[in-house]
Amino acid sequence: MHFDELIGHLGQHTVDGLSKGAIYALIALGYTLVYGVLRLINFAHSEVFMVGTFAVLILWNQLGVENNPPVGQAILFLVLGLLVAAAASGGTALALERIAYRPLRRKNAPPLIFLITAIGLSLVFVELFGQVLPKLLGGVLPEAFGRPRQIVGMPTIIQQETLFTIGNTAITNIQLIVFVAAVAMMALLDWFINRTRYGRGVRAVAQNPETAALMGVNQERVIMLIFVLGGIMAGAAALLWSMRFGFTQNSIGFVLGLKAFTAAVLGGIGNLRGALLGGLFLGIVEVYGATLFASNWEDVIAFVVLIVVLMFRPTGLLGESLGRARA
Amino acid sequence: MIDKIRSADRRRVNMLTTVGDRWRALTKWQQALGLAAFVALLYYLPLLGIPGLTWLRTDSIEGGNNWAGVLFVCAIYVLVAIGLNVVVGLAGLLDLGYIGFFAIGAYSVALFGSVNSPVVKWIQQEFNLPPTWAVTWAICLFIAIVLTMISGVLLGWPTLRLRGDYLAIVTLGFGEIIRIVARNATGLTNGPVGISAIPGPEGAPSPDNKVFGLIDAKPWYWLAITFVLIMVFLVRRLERSRVGRAWLAVREDEDAAAVMGVYPFKFKLWAFAIGAALGGLSGFLFGSRNAFIDPTQFNANLSILFVAMVVVGGSGNMIGVSLGAVLLAYLPERFRDFADYRWLVFGLAMVLVMILRPQGLIPSRRRARELKDRAAEAEEAPAHV
Repeated sequence: MHFDELIGHLGQHTVDGLSKGAIYALIALGYTLVYGVLRLINFAHSEVFMVGTFAVLILWNQLGVENNPPVGQAILFLVLGLLVAAAASGGTALALERIAYRPLRRKNAPPLIFLITAIGLSLVFVELFGQVLPKLLGGVLPEAFGRPRQIVGMPTIIQQETLFTIGNTAITNIQLIVFVAAVAMMALLDWFINRTRYGRGVRAVAQNPETAALMGVNQERVIMLIFVLGGIMAGAAALLWSMRFGFTQNSIGFVLGLKAFTAAVLGGIGNLRGALLGGLFLGIVEVYGATLFASNWEDVIAFVVLIVVLMFRPTGLLGESLGRARA
Repeated sequence: MIDKIRSADRRRVNMLTTVGDRWRALTKWQQALGLAAFVALLYYLPLLGIPGLTWLRTDSIEGGNNWAGVLFVCAIYVLVAIGLNVVVGLAGLLDLGYIGFFAIGAYSVALFGSVNSPVVKWIQQEFNLPPTWAVTWAICLFIAIVLTMISGVLLGWPTLRLRGDYLAIVTLGFGEIIRIVARNATGLTNGPVGISAIPGPEGAPSPDNKVFGLIDAKPWYWLAITFVLIMVFLVRRLERSRVGRAWLAVREDEDAAAVMGVYPFKFKLWAFAIGAALGGLSGFLFGSRNAFIDPTQFNANLSILFVAMVVVGGSGNMIGVSLGAVLLAYLPERFRDFADYRWLVFGLAMVLVMILRPQGLIPSRRRARELKDRAAEAEEAPAHV
């Protein structure tokens, strides 16, 4: 137990946790949106994120990005990366919906069947990017798929620098960008769901599918929309991840997805603002916990948090709702 | 294409039903004779030599045929499938952390039975025992079952009140926690170094062991298949008892079951504990056959493989899940050249089975009817999602 270390650098650990949690929160949105409308856990959402990171990787390789480009170029690469990752992840999420979930919904399958299908899909994607694509595309895209199942590095777009220090807390440029970008994406989504016509449709279906259908909301379109929106958020998370950590692997989705799901449950699954709160909270708890014990216990902390939350407050911090509370 | 698969599938199901009906039409002693012949065949299997089917190349043993070794793996996977079937198929609880129980079973024989384990060393020191002392195999078996049952109850107690899909994710987390604890708690489990010299029925592995050696897998298979047969018998008795009917009731409609006086939580906890004990037994056999374990042998993919065995085979039907287990254990060994793709194939198989026939290859008749009912309800009320 390293209490002194934790208390002495409390500010620093909090900042680290926030920037980590921001990525969890972005991925958590995908779980929350789908759950809010369909009451299903889209277990394959973690792979939607993974596809996004590979899209960024391939884009940057094709553009011939080198380490530490000038600022103007760096911004261009990031914006392009965001677009490509969002397109790839959104497209993947939509494909999952069309190919796998829709036939099951037609048959009114029990929730567990959805979950098992999603697990199968997740396995298929992990293997596609770990085995099949490296064999098929290893010659064409050697930087991305050269070594099956291995960690692939990406160029450093922004050199990590300390921007300013408050007390003994240093805040780096990357942490600031990750946090601000993630919160901005979430604010955008929140605005979209709460203020636009499409968002109203989403809330209506979440609240009561039959009545929404009677009022002329196209349910199928709403379902497609939420999958795409969740995918776009996962794509944004993929870009921020690539920028901050600079690597990807076919299996990164698994643990990250579990943590994002924990974040969603923690904040109240189905609740957009809850996902933000849950993500940030989980990020902080994890960094504190890793400091207190040792960093190799980090993953255990997230799962213990999940079990404790489900035991004592299964509706999460802010309660389950998408449209329900404020319709 | 899909229509073709569907019609072939229908013909297969018809054949299965015919076989089933014929079997039930036989007299009692005919059935007993048939079963006895089947059991005899099971024991004879490792001696069988059919080119193509039983020739499984390996470089690690003399003669290069690992048929008996693969049969042993099939047998312990069948044990897993039977245990998981109690949880998933009968009680309807999706458990994605089954590898956790398997690992606890394997670690209990390692920690208490091996002279290299920190636990045994600690006991030796405390009680001034000779350095060759360790808990005997048979007592380890008892410890493994008790420990896994306790861990099943400990995991189930807080989580079984949750909705089904939450439970799935929590159990997935549980499996990971067990693995990470095994990796990090070096003082207890030797961490990534692993534990060697895990005993078999004859004691610690040594060249003097006459029957249960490292090379010849046949005795191990016979041991495992004996456990399988005992467990099949016991679980079958359980399935057809009041407990089994309570499980089905809880699976099909928890509220209705509660109204009828079946307390769902109690029976779910029972299913969890019994399932866990079977997983632990399987892990126990795995540990003592391997004689060496480390945390990397228990990763989360295996939990998913276990679930795949149950759902592909036909959850709720013991013959179905056993077939699923044998297929998923045997095929990757048979088609070694495609071993890289085996997880891809497992994933695809799970998706296809779920979309095309969610009741599995050999369905439980009851479960199939339940799914049909739901589909019919969906057609009556299309707005219901």
